[in-house]
Amino acid sequence: MSKVKSLEDLMKIKEQALKELQMRDSKKKGKIVVAMGTCGIAAGAKDTLRAIVEALDKNHIVDVAVVQSGCMGLCEVEPTVEVRMEGQDPIIYGHVTPEQAERIVKQHVIEGKVVSDLVVRKGEV
Amino acid sequence: MPKSNVVLVSVDSNSVLKGAKYFKNLFQQLVDEYKLSDFVEVLETGSFGVYKDGVIIAIYPEEVYYEIKDAADVKKVVEEHLLKGRRAKDLELDAELFTRKLSVEAKKVVEETRIVLRNAGVIDPTNINEYIARDGYMALAKVLNEMKPQEVVEVVKESGLRGRGGAGFPTGLKWEFTMKTDADQKYVICNADEGEPGTFKDRLIMEGDPHSLIEAMTIAGYAVGATKGYIYIRGEYYGSIQNIQKAIKDAYEYGLLGEDILGSGFTFHLAVRLGAGAYVCGEETALMESIEGKAGRPRLKPPYPPVSGLYSKPTVINNVETFVNVPQIILNGADWFKSIGTESSPGTKVFSLCGNIVNRGIVEAPMGTTVRDLIYKFGGGIANGKALKMVQTGGTAGTFIGPDKLDVPLDFDSMKNYGVSLGSGVILVIDEDNCAVDVLKNAMEFFEHESCGKCTPCREGTKMLVHMLNDISKGKGKREYLDAMKNIASTMLDSAFCGLGQSVPVPLNSMLNNFEAEFLKHIESKESPCGICKFEKPKKKLVKS
Repeated sequence: MSKVKSLEDLMKIKEQALKELQMRDSKKKGKIVVAMGTCGIAAGAKDTLRAIVEALDKNHIVDVAVVQSGCMGLCEVEPTVEVRMEGQDPIIYGHVTPEQAERIVKQHVIEGKVVSDLVVRKGEV
Repeated sequence: MPKSNVVLVSVDSNSVLKGAKYFKNLFQQLVDEYKLSDFVEVLETGSFGVYKDGVIIAIYPEEVYYEIKDAADVKKVVEEHLLKGRRAKDLELDAELFTRKLSVEAKKVVEETRIVLRNAGVIDPTNINEYIARDGYMALAKVLNEMKPQEVVEVVKESGLRGRGGAGFPTGLKWEFTMKTDADQKYVICNADEGEPGTFKDRLIMEGDPHSLIEAMTIAGYAVGATKGYIYIRGEYYGSIQNIQKAIKDAYEYGLLGEDILGSGFTFHLAVRLGAGAYVCGEETALMESIEGKAGRPRLKPPYPPVSGLYSKPTVINNVETFVNVPQIILNGADWFKSIGTESSPGTKVFSLCGNIVNRGIVEAPMGTTVRDLIYKFGGGIANGKALKMVQTGGTAGTFIGPDKLDVPLDFDSMKNYGVSLGSGVILVIDEDNCAVDVLKNAMEFFEHESCGKCTPCREGTKMLVHMLNDISKGKGKREYLDAMKNIASTMLDSAFCGLGQSVPVPLNSMLNNFEAEFLKHIESKESPCGICKFEKPKKKLVKS
């Protein structure tokens, strides 16, 4: 650890640490649910999940929670990812590879546009 | 890479005894086994303020709380929650327990207000960065960069903060006296020798948020002109000692302790000293004797510590809870602090709920919260559906009250106004199965055991009190004992050397006055209404044949 010599140094540590702490916060404006049932994991959901977390981190998004869930019954289109943004219908995407996951974060989470070619289901089940 | 799920395992000392460390390691092991370690982080945190039979854990970001009793429960949570994303329903705890709301008056809804405990159960206490993320050391930076020592003292004085150890002396005044005394060396001491039976708030603060204490003491050092500080922790508090020592080490590495803190030129050194289990060392002058390496015996006062304290130098000595309020007062201002609590006692108080109560634990509530709300709203009522018999407020040196005084708002003036002491914030709930004589005997035995023996009124007085109570509990009591006990107590109040002996009349008189009938039953009709006291059978008379 290097010495903290001034208020600026302290603020830098604060910003970095705050980002990590906010990952834990439950009061977020959105939620991304990755189905991690056996079927999902077999289809590569772990890589998808990792890609999502990385993409959020890279784009400095701290108010979206990433949550794992069980199989949502759409085994044939795994890995599936559900995006629930505040005030919008939940969208379920299928066949989400790590690359597609990055697209979802960019288009849907950041720009607010649904990635229509991957949508499996729309609205509450 | 940041991880998406965080498992927080509460590792305060109570939880450790229930296997928290083992469960934490097991969590880590299972997370690794299921190859979830890229997504799940397992961390330790302080107490959540709620005690159940098992260890409490929280999983974020979902904010779900589980009670873990054995290894199978750990496995279940990992497999169900972390792996499959389903709630392990049978282990889940009601999240409301952790965000308890309370209506103090009909209209006003007051939530549990967390100033002192704002980080406990939220951050990893061994990680200095997490403390900094939650505005940690910002108050210190503000003080060193923008404020003169005099201004710091003024803010603390203005806030109306009073000592949380039990006596309620205005903290700002203590600081001012010390600041104004000229000396080549001054000291800051934290009294963390939490020995009042039933009190466990300081332990949870030190275990859950150790850096807040370090920051506050450094601020105090700057304000009064002290360059050295000691935290006197009771030796049994292994968890507190460990976390405080780690925190001091990290603060030194960051340069937040030591020389030239944050480039201000201010120097402050901090070290831990351990108590060896004597109750009297919670008395401030006895504590200083102990730090100096002598036997822990109280000193004659005056002079008071701000004039002549540790090594006969001016010394500020405050309780853990008192100190931890300071950074928040500096950051938010005296007016903010005064807006919480009552006029004479601003701020919050951390209450330790114990005894026959459903939710044993700690709760931080605004000053002026009633005993009833603490027991029934926060504490969940009396355990096992029993009826309430009495409550001891304020610790063993506090008052015994009957159910008729539950609506007294607790603050530093409630002793003067209603005869209900706040003390260190203990709410000891005693149900109908307990006997008044037995409870008082227990309290007096404690004082007898802890009396240091330096002065006669305390050494002999406590002995006599225990003797008489013993007789009463065996059916050998006499009517005169009741007055005699009050007499001894009032002598102790007038002539005992320190606070230990002087405080004996408080529990004694309140018990004798509020539950006189039960004592009389023991004495006159030789019966123990609760069946706790076992009376000796009168000896058979020898009958000559």
